[in-house]
Amino acid sequence: MAPMSSSTMPKRPSDPLDIIDVDSMLTDEERAIRATVRQVCDDLVEPHVVQWYEQGDLPVARELAQEFGKVGLLGMHLEGYGCAGMSSVDYGLACLELEASDSGIRSLVSVQGSLAMYAIHAFGSEEQKQEWLPRMAAGEAIGCFGLTEPDHGSDPGSMRTRARRDGDDWVLDGSKMWITNGSIADVAVVWANAGEENGGIRGFVVPTDTPGFEAHELKNKMSLRASVTAELSLAEVRLPAGAVLPDVTGLKGPLSCLSEARYGIVWGCLGAARTALDAARRYSMERTQFDRPIAGFQLTQAKLAHMSTELQLGRLLALHLGRRKDSVGLRPEQVSVGKYNNVTKAIEICRTARTILGGNGISGEYPVMRHANNLESVLTYEGTVEMHTLVIGQTLTGESAFR
Amino acid sequence: MNIVVCVKYVPDSQSERTFQESDNTVDREATDGLLSELDEYAVEEALKIVEARGGGEVTVLTVGPAAAADAIKKALQMGAHRGVHVQDDAIHGSDAVATSLVLAEAVKKATDGSPELVLTGMASTDGTMGVVPAMMAERLGLPQVTYASELTVGDGTVTIRRDGDTASETVEASLPALVSVTDQINEPRYPSFKGIMAAKKKPVDTWSLADLGLEASQVGLDAAWTTVVTFAQRPPRAQGQIVTDEGEGGAKLAEFLSAQKFL
Ligand SMILES: Cc1cc2nc3c(=O)[nH]c(=O)nc-3n(C[C@H](O)[C@H](O)[C@H](O)COP(=O)(O)OP(=O)(O)OC[C@H]3O[C@@H](n4cnc5c(N)ncnc54)[C@H](O)[C@@H]3O)c2cc1C
Ligand SMILES: Cc1cc2nc3c(=O)[nH]c(=O)nc-3n(C[C@H](O)[C@H](O)[C@H](O)COP(=O)(O)OP(=O)(O)OC[C@H]3O[C@@H](n4cnc5c(N)ncnc54)[C@H](O)[C@@H]3O)c2cc1C
Repeated sequence: MAPMSSSTMPKRPSDPLDIIDVDSMLTDEERAIRATVRQVCDDLVEPHVVQWYEQGDLPVARELAQEFGKVGLLGMHLEGYGCAGMSSVDYGLACLELEASDSGIRSLVSVQGSLAMYAIHAFGSEEQKQEWLPRMAAGEAIGCFGLTEPDHGSDPGSMRTRARRDGDDWVLDGSKMWITNGSIADVAVVWANAGEENGGIRGFVVPTDTPGFEAHELKNKMSLRASVTAELSLAEVRLPAGAVLPDVTGLKGPLSCLSEARYGIVWGCLGAARTALDAARRYSMERTQFDRPIAGFQLTQAKLAHMSTELQLGRLLALHLGRRKDSVGLRPEQVSVGKYNNVTKAIEICRTARTILGGNGISGEYPVMRHANNLESVLTYEGTVEMHTLVIGQTLTGESAFR
Repeated sequence: MNIVVCVKYVPDSQSERTFQESDNTVDREATDGLLSELDEYAVEEALKIVEARGGGEVTVLTVGPAAAADAIKKALQMGAHRGVHVQDDAIHGSDAVATSLVLAEAVKKATDGSPELVLTGMASTDGTMGVVPAMMAERLGLPQVTYASELTVGDGTVTIRRDGDTASETVEASLPALVSVTDQINEPRYPSFKGIMAAKKKPVDTWSLADLGLEASQVGLDAAWTTVVTFAQRPPRAQGQIVTDEGEGGAKLAEFLSAQKFL
């Protein structure tokens, strides 16, 4: 084979985490946005996240939210009302950096921006937007999003939480489960069945100090420990007429919010994978067994090569979906392909990284087990991997396999 | 008040930095560069002064290769108003003396000959000599007020606190002045997303030596008063020595320390 002419080769050596130079497809501003998020995470998250994870709490959620608000991270892809108005690709890059530190931190931002703020921004009245969005963008008010219930997860259409009219007021009854930010939130976007005559499933903007609203933090999580998760109980929660989200009825309300947040996960999970791959790669070069670095064993290299290739392919997929979202928009099944592939691959990368670190792989001294455990939640929330499989299957065959 | 902040573009200290074999200067293509972290404090301080006074412009000035535009951009993203980039192949290999000459001329041109306040970092993170601010002040005929950990702009004066090992000094100078600031003075802001987008539209002037009325012979490797004669990779760190305490650990430790001349 003729030697490759050096003039056709970039001078720089390969970036081990981006051998194919996916970065070359980003603009200078996109890189700058990513650098800001990286710097924020390096300063404010990395030094503490292991401790938060160990104690199973996020004691500084509010302070973090305010710092994130200052740079423009909260609701960053929304326009107006104090939001930064950035592109979907910018948002994806931010999610990736956040999740490279911890999926729980990315969840804080996703739920705030893509679920709670997005719902108000897309479907809210002018008064609701003015009241909540600027404060939420600044991190002064924290939001949560209540769709899942103890007995109704993948099939939210069958939810039991009810909204009934009483004069002009609305009265909510029911409970919500697994609600990220639930017990620290100032405002909850709650989905409830208002009956056929009122449009079926409706969204409500509920200040969390409304009488009858309670949030109980869930403890004993083995995953996403640096994130606050709560059960919400709604007992005769009386709201004024203006609390309902006026511009959407039916399941497409919550589902379009989920589609927004899922898109962020398509990118975010790759951050967890990147951190795990990098930790495994470095470890393999330092750890010696049988008189040589374990990086020198073919089995280790096969793992690393596979992890790295999957990570790069995942980034191409995420960037492709992001560019489409920014230009023509995405169909839900396209987001499903992204979440299905990238989360599955990311968790596989983290688990493989875990094996390369041997016993150290299970230690909190290294980030891999934390990320692998976190991704168990990510695999399940925002539509389980099975649900996305069924979405893709239905697109392929026209057959619905949901029930 | 209008402020000029001098910012240097330096190789990322996190990455592996190397010299070019050809002329013993830093190989800038092999590594990414960035705005010297110590200069972020000067940018932040300038922004704070302008914000507190409710007016004025912050101009960031750099002397460096084409890629040094990144350092200006970062400062603009933080909030500075405009940039000046002095870029000329002849500047390559300049020493501190020549760098300060180019900087001083650029400050004059950027301020129509009458600077109000010039801020710099305390030292670059690559050359780390910390002499450029003093040299510039001399060339500009300005009072030099260095290593400020606190800065107050008064009516026609600047007052700084300079922290020493045993005492803090308060130093006052008349304006216009040149002040170098330390990393204790403030907490530099992150470029916000809005700042990043706004920076795209901010003006950056690129000047050559000719624009500053300087000759190529006044700068560059040939004009330098000092030369890098040779360079060598730092030897890899030797394996540590483990002392297992079997009753005489303390004595062995003391032996080691005295052998290394620590005791
Ligand atoms: C840490 C964490 C944070 C969360 N945050 C939020 C939040 O902020 N807001 C919110 O509303 N929800 C939140 N959730 C809830 C999450 O969205 C749900 O857990 C998820 O939708 C799955 O619902 P479920 O747990 O009830 O599981 P189920 O729906 O009971 O599913 C159990 C299993 O059955 C499978 N399954 C179900 N139906 C089918 C079918 N037709 N075919 C094949 N397999 C099927 C599922 O894929 C899954 O494997 C969070 C969850 C976690 C773990
Ligand atoms: C490894 C190395 C070794 C060097 N050795 C020598 C040497 O021995 N002798 C010599 O004369 N030169 C040397 N140089 C060249 C020297 O870096 C430049 O001339 C430099 O501009 C002046 O010194 P400094 O970087 O130490 O700046 P410092 O004096 O440490 O910088 C203080 C402040 O001055 C401002 N400033 C400095 N340079 C610039 C710039 N280019 N643009 C805008 N603002 C600036 C910044 O605000 C900075 O915080 C060396 C450079 C390197 C990287």
